[in-house]
Amino acid sequence: MSDERFEPKIIAFLCNWCSYRAADLAGTARMKYQPNIRSIRVMCSGRVDPSFVLKAFSLGADGVMIAGCHPGECHYLEQNYKAMRRYEMLRHTLLAMGMEDHRLRLQWASAAEGNVLSAAINEMIEQVRALGPLNWPGLWSENGGHQAAIERLPHEHAEALEVTA
Amino acid sequence: MSEKVGVYICHCGSNIAGTVDVVELAKFAGELPGVTVSREYKFMCSSLGQELVAEDIQKQGLTRVVVGACSPHLHEKTFRRACATAGLNPYLMQMASLREQVSWVTEDKALALDKAKAMISGAVRRVQLQEELEPTPVPVNPNTLVVGGGVAGIQAALELADAGYPVFMVEREPSIGGHMAQFDKTFPTLDCSACILTPKMSDVGTHDKITLLSYAEVEEVTGFVGNFHVRIRKRARGVDEKDCTGCGICIEKCPRKVVDEVFEAGMGYRKAIYRPFPQAVPKFPVIDRANCTFYERGTCKACEKFCPTNAIKFDQEDSFLDLDIGNIILATGWDLFDARRLSQFGYGRLANVFTNLEFERLCNAAGPTDGKIVLRDGVTEPKSIALVHCVGSRDKTTNPQCSAVCCMAALKFGHLVMEKTQAEVTSFYIDIRAPHKNYEEFYDRLQDEGMHFVRGRVAEVTDAARRPEEEGKLIVQVEDTLVGKQRRLPFDMVVLMSGLQPRADAKEVGLRFGISCSMDGWFTERHPKLDPVATMTDGIFIAGVCQGPKDIPDSVAQGAAAASRIQGMIARGTVMIEPVVATIHEEHCSGCRICNNLCPFNAIEFLAEKGVSYINAALCKGCGTCVAACPAQAISGAHFNNQQINAEIEGLLYDAVRGNGGAPKPVAVPA
Repeated sequence: MSDERFEPKIIAFLCNWCSYRAADLAGTARMKYQPNIRSIRVMCSGRVDPSFVLKAFSLGADGVMIAGCHPGECHYLEQNYKAMRRYEMLRHTLLAMGMEDHRLRLQWASAAEGNVLSAAINEMIEQVRALGPLNWPGLWSENGGHQAAIERLPHEHAEALEVTA
Repeated sequence: MSEKVGVYICHCGSNIAGTVDVVELAKFAGELPGVTVSREYKFMCSSLGQELVAEDIQKQGLTRVVVGACSPHLHEKTFRRACATAGLNPYLMQMASLREQVSWVTEDKALALDKAKAMISGAVRRVQLQEELEPTPVPVNPNTLVVGGGVAGIQAALELADAGYPVFMVEREPSIGGHMAQFDKTFPTLDCSACILTPKMSDVGTHDKITLLSYAEVEEVTGFVGNFHVRIRKRARGVDEKDCTGCGICIEKCPRKVVDEVFEAGMGYRKAIYRPFPQAVPKFPVIDRANCTFYERGTCKACEKFCPTNAIKFDQEDSFLDLDIGNIILATGWDLFDARRLSQFGYGRLANVFTNLEFERLCNAAGPTDGKIVLRDGVTEPKSIALVHCVGSRDKTTNPQCSAVCCMAALKFGHLVMEKTQAEVTSFYIDIRAPHKNYEEFYDRLQDEGMHFVRGRVAEVTDAARRPEEEGKLIVQVEDTLVGKQRRLPFDMVVLMSGLQPRADAKEVGLRFGISCSMDGWFTERHPKLDPVATMTDGIFIAGVCQGPKDIPDSVAQGAAAASRIQGMIARGTVMIEPVVATIHEEHCSGCRICNNLCPFNAIEFLAEKGVSYINAALCKGCGTCVAACPAQAISGAHFNNQQINAEIEGLLYDAVRGNGGAPKPVAVPA
């Protein structure tokens, strides 16, 4: 065990139109934030396939942020709402699987909100730093309620996926 | 997979190199699998930097390029072009934002290098999976839609029409002219506002290339750059435009007087059938159904009786017009800040507190008082007038922005008051902002003419007198910051220089046209410095105050700028559509139709005979939501496919300790 401060690795999916531009703005305005965030540009937060998030966690990310335009301000009109639904579904699933809250975050940031994004990044890094590295298998076995969680999953899944015909 | 990747790290002078060890970073990149060339250079965006890339592509046979520099929003096009000139498909280039996301936001140099390495590693992995893409050319319809008939929209419409291209102008009010038509004089030249505007208005009205649709609104916009389909609602005027000659007898005969809250800013009256002002374009009047006696009681019809051409049509209904449009200019203007929100200034409670727009109408020779500056009683000439600056501007409780025009308008008011009356004028300012041509000179001139200036933000306007000389007056309480004292000064009249704010429905309008607003509500331009009239949506342009507070010359300049951008597109005739679209692989599609409802652009249709869904590439905007939703992964999003994104995740986490059964993780002691 070392005395070194734990430096989490957080993957952020930033939408091209709002949150990536918020990151640009944070840069232009020289707003400092902690460097533990590594971003991926996607055209829309609606592009974020839940499997990307799972992939990031499985490859050793300690946290994942999905950032998009504010509800009602999506460049593609309403696709961030889809991101919101998927986020809820994913969050339920991950919590049920024993992952701590705060490791997955959905953040709205408009192109004018460099300050909002950088503050959210700092906050998330601190939260994840406090949680320590993602230690999924350990938590899984410690969590006595995992059987119940597994049984709850399909219902939550169906709820979140509900698509109106 | 044997791609030859070239990595180029930009110093950006010291912007990147000052924080990130670029030499070390380039060395790291050079050792990544697939990388054959790795260089760092002072300014990659310079022509020498671009030539470096082109030369390596040609001489070393690079098949992929990664540029670690600024944000792709700034220079992605530059480097795509550099690749294209060397014969490499531009979509085989990937940028890593080392400046905006690393060097400018990180303090610790060692951690900045770590982050930069991860970002380069992500880009290198991703770029090897990128595919060649070709933009699709589509024709550009030469018709342009101009929304808003203020001075910015008028200028834009005339520029385009004079170049020979058809223009459709939609104006919500019965007449074009916008706010400029309400003003008396313009600063700093003191030109009569109507004298310089009305000729332009009538040019719009008579131009054979301009179709003017007043009293109308855009209901729906579909399509994409060069090929928009627009549905316009023409509200029922109650007057047949084909028959009306604009003689105005109906207005004369109408027995119903209504306070004109729009054009006269509540200072004057109009009839129930009216034109906002005599020089209105078009000349056709409008029946205000909410106030017309006929619509209330079913009798009257005075206008109809006297109309010599039988143009009055009480049963007229809203009509709809569907247009094919190539490009759209939004010039929707601004709303005046509601001074009632700042109750300390007493507007709406103290009779002789006016807003700047009301005062414009008072000064205007064609206004309700024939240009006489009088108190609210309509007869008394004030002997002293206070001009309170920054009402709803430069104020964190309302609007933090500077409204850009009020200082100069206040100087103009000062001049007009001294020209027309014997009154003393005092301006209460924070700073006088006079940044354009001849503005500072105008400020000097007003100081010479005897206008008084008190530097300080007004705390309160009250009628509660404390001293005999304050009886019956409006007292302005202010800290004079030059003298360093609190002062109470009595006045007959107080004019609040209310700020400019975004239209109340700006967000809704932005959404209808697919463009965004800043947090305060102004339309967002593509680039605040270098692309002020384009928006993020191709084919939609903005001009005038809807983009942010500005004065008449700046609005005119933006109108002309937007028009010239569109002329360029029409002249070229085709526009290239980004190939970043989604495609459905029919053989994998089960026809579940989950994706069908997800697309807000109706780009996905279901082919019943094949039992699969299909994406119309011309309508697809490339958001990728359907790609993420397809349970069979039958949809792939060009330039953002699953393999590419997964590779980027792998690259970004190249140094992470794998969880889930991998090597045991170090356990951190929470701080």
